[in-house]
Amino acid sequence: MAADTPTQSPEPASAAEAERPDLTRETWQIGKVHRKVDAMERMRGVARYTDDLKLPGLLHAKILRSPHAHAKIRRIDASAALALPGVFAVVTGQDFKIPYGVIPWTPDENALAVHKVCHVGDGVAAVAAIDEDTANAALRAIVVDYEPLRAFFDPEEALATRDREHTINPYARKGNLSKHVLLEFGDVDAQIAGAELVVEGEYFFEGTTHGAIEPHCALAQVEPNGVLTVWSATQVSHYLHRELAKVLELPPHRIRVIQPPIGGAFGGKSEPFDLEFCVAKLAIKTGRPVKLLYTREEVFYSHRGRHPMKMKYRTGFTADGKITGVDARTILDGGAYSSFGLVTTYYSGQLLCAPYRFPAYRFDSTRAYTNKPACGPKRGHGSVQPRFALEIQLDKAAVALGIDPIELRRRNDIGADVATVNEFRVGSNGFQECLSRVESASGWRARRPTLPFGQGLGVAGSTYISGTNYPIYPNDMPQAAVQICLDRSGRARVFSGANDIGQGSNTMLAVIVSEELGVPLEDVRVLSADTDLCPVDLGAYSSRITLMVGNACLEAAQRLRRRVCRSVAQRWQIPANRVVLAGRMALDREDPARNVSSAQAFQWAEADHGLLGEVGSYNTPKDRHGDYRGGTIGASPAYSFTAHLAEVDVDTETGVVHVKKIWIAHDCGRALSRKIVEGQIEGSTYMGFGEALMEEHLIDPAHRGVHAGPSFLDYRMPTFLDTPELHAMIVEAPDKNGPYGAKEAGEGPLHSSIPAIANAIYDAVGVRLDRIPFSPPRVLAALRERAQLEEQGLVPAHKPDRRPRSAR
Amino acid sequence: MLRLPQFQVATPTTLAEAVDLLQRNSPGARLISGGTDILPNLKHFLDQPGLLVSLARVAELRRIDRDDRAGRLVLGAGLTLAEIAQHPDVRAYFPSLAKSAGLVAAPTIRNMATLGGNINLDTRCRYVNQTELWRGGIGGGCLKSEGQVCHVVPTGRRCVAAMSSDNVPVLISLGATIHLHGPAGQRALPLADYFHADGLRHTHAAPGEITAAISVPLPTSPRRCDYIKWSVRQSIDFPLVSVALRFDLDADRSDAAITDVSVVAGVLGAKPREVNKLDELVVGRSFADPSVAQIVSEAAYSQCKPLPNVPYDPAYRREMIRVLTRRAIAAMV
Repeated sequence: MAADTPTQSPEPASAAEAERPDLTRETWQIGKVHRKVDAMERMRGVARYTDDLKLPGLLHAKILRSPHAHAKIRRIDASAALALPGVFAVVTGQDFKIPYGVIPWTPDENALAVHKVCHVGDGVAAVAAIDEDTANAALRAIVVDYEPLRAFFDPEEALATRDREHTINPYARKGNLSKHVLLEFGDVDAQIAGAELVVEGEYFFEGTTHGAIEPHCALAQVEPNGVLTVWSATQVSHYLHRELAKVLELPPHRIRVIQPPIGGAFGGKSEPFDLEFCVAKLAIKTGRPVKLLYTREEVFYSHRGRHPMKMKYRTGFTADGKITGVDARTILDGGAYSSFGLVTTYYSGQLLCAPYRFPAYRFDSTRAYTNKPACGPKRGHGSVQPRFALEIQLDKAAVALGIDPIELRRRNDIGADVATVNEFRVGSNGFQECLSRVESASGWRARRPTLPFGQGLGVAGSTYISGTNYPIYPNDMPQAAVQICLDRSGRARVFSGANDIGQGSNTMLAVIVSEELGVPLEDVRVLSADTDLCPVDLGAYSSRITLMVGNACLEAAQRLRRRVCRSVAQRWQIPANRVVLAGRMALDREDPARNVSSAQAFQWAEADHGLLGEVGSYNTPKDRHGDYRGGTIGASPAYSFTAHLAEVDVDTETGVVHVKKIWIAHDCGRALSRKIVEGQIEGSTYMGFGEALMEEHLIDPAHRGVHAGPSFLDYRMPTFLDTPELHAMIVEAPDKNGPYGAKEAGEGPLHSSIPAIANAIYDAVGVRLDRIPFSPPRVLAALRERAQLEEQGLVPAHKPDRRPRSAR
Repeated sequence: MLRLPQFQVATPTTLAEAVDLLQRNSPGARLISGGTDILPNLKHFLDQPGLLVSLARVAELRRIDRDDRAGRLVLGAGLTLAEIAQHPDVRAYFPSLAKSAGLVAAPTIRNMATLGGNINLDTRCRYVNQTELWRGGIGGGCLKSEGQVCHVVPTGRRCVAAMSSDNVPVLISLGATIHLHGPAGQRALPLADYFHADGLRHTHAAPGEITAAISVPLPTSPRRCDYIKWSVRQSIDFPLVSVALRFDLDADRSDAAITDVSVVAGVLGAKPREVNKLDELVVGRSFADPSVAQIVSEAAYSQCKPLPNVPYDPAYRREMIRVLTRRAIAAMV
């Protein structure tokens, strides 16, 4: 993609090339282009996803879902369903009275509704039957007596109601308040009062959902030895394991969770869901394996997508564009349950304090329960929405002060090895280079002043975490662990609890093992996300795996490498540091003609040390966070940085925004596998682009709280034809906390794509889009409003000298 | 995944046999050709036919014949939309049809979907094309499903689900004739007369009648034609408004006089809308006269009133009829 840049991607190394290590290089695998370890099975269609698994005697389960947004359950009569031939069991909320929640402080949902339903689509009962049609027929035969309650679809209305009757969540203790966070750093009011420019804005970020192609699916079986095995399309096997044990009241050692290959997740599978508990319970009840695959509509109602946020920002600036203070008030529309909401509420403020220096900062975030599907984490959890607001605030300041928007951002850059205003320690920081890369690749300086009315360029920047310093449940054990074995045929086996959700984490582990032990990728077997066979990992969220699991893997691999090198060195009677492991060989660095195969080297080491196995683990540094309540939430071992620059063409008669190109420069510390990093940059940017222009996860208050269009026909995500040209550029500012300096790449490059497009629209036609999506009717309305103001002489014409003659 | 209701499938090899099967099993038998419209609707349990009569093996439906003496192109109803879009005669004589067929949904769907299926595409509405759970959620469906009310026009007694075929407006603008085979024999009628304004039953096909072919008169004079589809995405989506345009000219120059004109809009109500009184307004004018685009687009705008039956603001969709019609005409000059 980045063909015109110095970091041009090398072509994938042929097998023969991979065999010939370049001894002048410091590394032989890091930073190369690799074929993903699971690429062939995916591309050939033979990967076995959860729904592809079939077991003898398999039963199929379905969940009955509420048509009401808010109702008490008076009675459930499943007798007619149970009487149907082929129906094996029915479970209801009475079978799952223990509440759960991915955040241990907020267990506020049950696998099935116990006394009330809180949104359309809430699960009420589940059946297991001989086939899917019988299961569906059984659902139709279940009679539920509901007593409808007043439903709340607006978070502020919900918050204004404090009586028990109208409290949505059955476990809520403060009415419909889910979480409130108010944190202040420095004297914000004084800093803003003393500013030479104050920009005030109100922003609204509509909810969006993940849209993974594979719907959630789970399969459970009780093994003959009594162990309950649950296969699930989850990105958090460990948390699922814990919650299953809790809700089913089984000891964890009698539960095994396996994550088969997954068809996308994006945060939508990062907590337990009703189907996992249902198949487990039904398998226990029936003694037969039970499987459940969501319909697409069920995926929409399970949601846990991005929170709608209503944000009010006040930002002070000096005349030369330096931020003096930021004051933010945010309302989060949480839906019926907490999910990760406690963390989201913190993240909506805590993750904003880089890449710009804030001398003073206050954020006041309130999450409300509403009668909608619960919101949770989606790629860029918690900070995509406030980033949208802040980056538009900066653009407004740049316009007001007459400063180039890139220059304004440079002046506010926080730099490397500093503490943020909320006391997070930032290590490496490549933000300046990110800005320079998009600036020069796009031709910003020459083109922006000359683009005609209707066309524009916009810029935005952002930062993101590489994992969170503290695990979801407090403990002193490592956050990540990896076990590696070498065998005498020259192979390596890697056992890791990490969930590969398509982001390529299994490949990342293979690359590290290959780099350290000299065997090519195809000789590394990665076995991941099986709680019986793999060490615990906390899962695929918060962009933690490359840094944390990568470090654990590196530790184990280096321990093995030292043993192998010592054994080879001993036999050659040279110092161990002269032994190089690369290209399926062990070589003498000073005399490469002296070499043996990896298999021989491993055999020598096995003879010397016994079976070659090592473990590595990683725990986070504990000096990265703030010393105040909540000061650990959002602190990370290392931060990535991103700059987006978008080019748009706005049709002033239709309001259609054509995003032509987006240049993205992302500082991932060090690219361990170049193509995967570029893929993550492009994928993230694409996802942000879709949220900017089309996507809307809307619950329809005018129609009793149903989803406005729970299908891929009505929930519009961009197709190939709609997607702009994406120019991904890798920036490398290695961080001492990352393996080989690596930081995250999977979520950061989403954030600033949205405000970059908004700012480009302003540059093109002079209208501010302060709410997403920038749909054609909304853009057209904004254009007409501006034209009216221009006619009345209330605002000057935008780009008056760069309009076509007829339109002047 | 959503399940289909259970049904039997019959696979006749002749039209006569298919007509017979429909008749003997009605009500309760439905036709299936490419299946891209009926199968999703069945997954939503909008109907539960006991028998699907498949037209996949009826070879006579797959013919395409150019009859120069009669001056027409006959397109079998079983041709896929991909075949229509790519056929040299269609591209040469009816470029607007090649365009509309090529804009339906996405390549994989066009490889399955047929011309006959697209002409008989069931009307669509955001309150209908949903699951049983969803329809239960809004209070038990609507006139077109299991309910008693219309959510688009709450006081309305007649269903206003939208005719959403890309090809129907174009074929009407081209003066196409539909050929039907039924229990009472064969008949043909202008495609413009095939539709009527009731979303529950929006065609005049008699019970047991099957669309066998569409014939389109070959142009007898130079012509400019186009098809406009407004949708949010450039692939997959149904049109949210659509307009087919045809201008016949007295010479093959853009400043030639207009001899005949047809403008047909889709996705309003259950019936496509022919913009009328255009003859008196523009016939005789030079096609290059800038007022033509203005007059035609204003006429389309004033006569076409989209409803909130499909997503996106009706006022905006109406505005798109005006803007995109004007632009399309200007671009053809």
